[in-house]
Amino acid sequence: MNRPLFEAISVSKTYSSTRALDQVSMSVPKQSIFGLLGPNGAGKTTLIRIINQITAPDEGEIHLDGKPLRPADISRIGYLPEERGLYKKMKVGEQVLYLARLKGLMKSEALQRLNYWFEKFEIRSWWNKRVEELSKGMQQKVQFIATIIHEPELLIFDEPFSGFDPINVNILKDEILGLREKGATVIFSTHNMASVEELCDRIALIDRSRKILEGSVHQIRLDHRTHLYEVEYENPVSGAASWLPEGFTIVEETGSGQRHTARIRIPDGAGPNDLISSIIPRATIISFRELLPSMNDIFIRTVKEHGAGNINNTGS
Amino acid sequence: MNRIWLIIGREFVTRVRKRSFVIMTLLGPVLMAALFVVPMYIATLEGGEKTIGVIDETGLFSSQFTDTDQIRFMVLDLPQHEAKNRLSELGLYAVLHIPMTEVTVPQTAVLYSDKQPSLMIKGHIRDVMSKHVESLKLKASGIDPEILHSINTSINLLTIRLNKGGEEEKSSTELSMILGMVAGLLIYFFIFLYGAQVMRGVIEEKTSRIVEIIVSSVRPFQLMMGKITGIALVGLTQFTLWVLLTFIMVTVSFTFFSEEISEYRSSQLKMQQESITGQVTGNITGDETTLAVAGVLETIESINFGVMIFTFLFFFIGGYLLYGALFAAIGSAVDQETDTQQFMLPVTVPLILSIILAQFVVANPDGPVAFWLSVIPLTSPVIMMIRIPFGVAFTDLALSALLLIAGFVFTTWLAAKVYRTGILMYGKKVNYRELWKWIRYRT
Repeated sequence: MNRPLFEAISVSKTYSSTRALDQVSMSVPKQSIFGLLGPNGAGKTTLIRIINQITAPDEGEIHLDGKPLRPADISRIGYLPEERGLYKKMKVGEQVLYLARLKGLMKSEALQRLNYWFEKFEIRSWWNKRVEELSKGMQQKVQFIATIIHEPELLIFDEPFSGFDPINVNILKDEILGLREKGATVIFSTHNMASVEELCDRIALIDRSRKILEGSVHQIRLDHRTHLYEVEYENPVSGAASWLPEGFTIVEETGSGQRHTARIRIPDGAGPNDLISSIIPRATIISFRELLPSMNDIFIRTVKEHGAGNINNTGS
Repeated sequence: MNRIWLIIGREFVTRVRKRSFVIMTLLGPVLMAALFVVPMYIATLEGGEKTIGVIDETGLFSSQFTDTDQIRFMVLDLPQHEAKNRLSELGLYAVLHIPMTEVTVPQTAVLYSDKQPSLMIKGHIRDVMSKHVESLKLKASGIDPEILHSINTSINLLTIRLNKGGEEEKSSTELSMILGMVAGLLIYFFIFLYGAQVMRGVIEEKTSRIVEIIVSSVRPFQLMMGKITGIALVGLTQFTLWVLLTFIMVTVSFTFFSEEISEYRSSQLKMQQESITGQVTGNITGDETTLAVAGVLETIESINFGVMIFTFLFFFIGGYLLYGALFAAIGSAVDQETDTQQFMLPVTVPLILSIILAQFVVANPDGPVAFWLSVIPLTSPVIMMIRIPFGVAFTDLALSALLLIAGFVFTTWLAAKVYRTGILMYGKKVNYRELWKWIRYRT
């Protein structure tokens, strides 16, 4: 793991009576994509606003590259909020130029980079159009450019794919991965767990103002494994249930005639090899793989468990 | 610091480039110039002359009605009902019927017309008749009207203000009043016009959600101050352009109409000379007029326009900053313009109040009402401008200025607290308790 570019250390924030963040700590390695997950109202937006210095934490510290966050660091951060917005009456080119200069770019440099991105996204012809003349997807593209134009070290994308068609989603995914290749670190907040699995190296899950899970996506999935395996096999001697060793349970079995697919959970103490060796004499194995739980399942289960824990806590 | 200039620049440039700004800037002076030119133009037109038929059964008034520029009188020898029916046939605007009465002096007359007769005509007829009746009555009681006329003297009170050095300065209350009211009204309109623009700008940023991107680059306070400053510059630009363009247009139109004006002037002069060479009373009137004209000119010269312009700019900017901050806070607290009502009221009441109370201030520019209203920051921009042409003690001015500065520092501080919370708050019905909570939040 690279050294962290971004660190939150026991960050708390309270709005009058509501606790928005409670002792939240997390660490985002340099040049990685970090998923910031959590149900609505968990405190993600508050954390993002703290990182952007829109609001300050009551307690705790935010470190960027090992040093406490300073106001000047604003130009090192790029932020794409969930609720997109641009000045509707302003022309596209002028507007992105303005936003870039607000982030501290010199005019000439901003223009040069703008030209590059407008060429790359093939939106040259929009330069003198007013934002209100563009479709929602087009506005998203413009806003994406405005977010990355100052080449920030830390990028924060809040639901970056909403409003994009599948083709543009792919273009955007490639861009995000490309930004990571070039050295950027990305904090990525979304409810789309499939894209988390696809893009994120690490995640943190926040629920009810607390962080309840953090780690690499792969490790988390391994930690939550249920020892479920999917086997595809041909010409079994008889139904799988009749020859599986004790403790092995069939969760699901499909197929008829020659080819079958079964999902089998193996008991504690047994390994996948035990399952394979029990099948080999009775059928031809076509494929064999472990079914790791999806991030979606992990999200739902962890949040539910945390909720139940909370209720118990308040009850006692 | 660099960033706040970017914001000021954007606020200024986007507004100045708008078509509505260009139109307003061009149209404003045209309207103002029209105020000067149209009456002049109308005066040069041949006024529509109206003929009024007079049926005087008393025989006392017929000779009294002399034709004026607009009214011609024609004594009719017809019975009243016939004249009434043949109004348009005779080409008459109206028929005045003075009936025979029992008493020696009639007190009623009837004016028949197919249109509502103008106030001017009614006034003129009433004037002529009552004057004549008056003199008839005087005659009846044995007083010669000529003697009465010579007794009747109108006093022209010249006011002379003594300044510090003991020098005399001619002052004209009327002129000071007009100047003060115009300056006060201008400040009032500018605060409203541009304050509302600040509010609309904040609401626009909030509803379009761009505000979250901006405040991830600059502090909310910078955004707010940048917007307020940028719009102030728009206001000052528009004002300067108006003054310049009005000046140009008035000058141009004066040269254009100069012939008519000089004609008008020479005819006035002739009348004056005639009256001077005329009776003794006429001599006095002529003198009075010249005196009054000279007085006005002298007062205009005596008004320190440097001070006027400087104080105007100060109270304009001070008042605008004070109210602009409050308008920004209102804009940040709501989701759409229609929700602003409940917060607008307490902000606009002191402004409207200062315009309503302006007449008391004008009546007594050094009284307690004037004093207090001109030191309270919420009303001082308008009220102080009304007082300035009358001359204000330096201590009053300094106190008012200091309090205004303190006032806008305070409202800006307060507004910034509401603003930084408000701009990121959506879908919440905000009331005063909520605002109070925002003010107490720590950053």
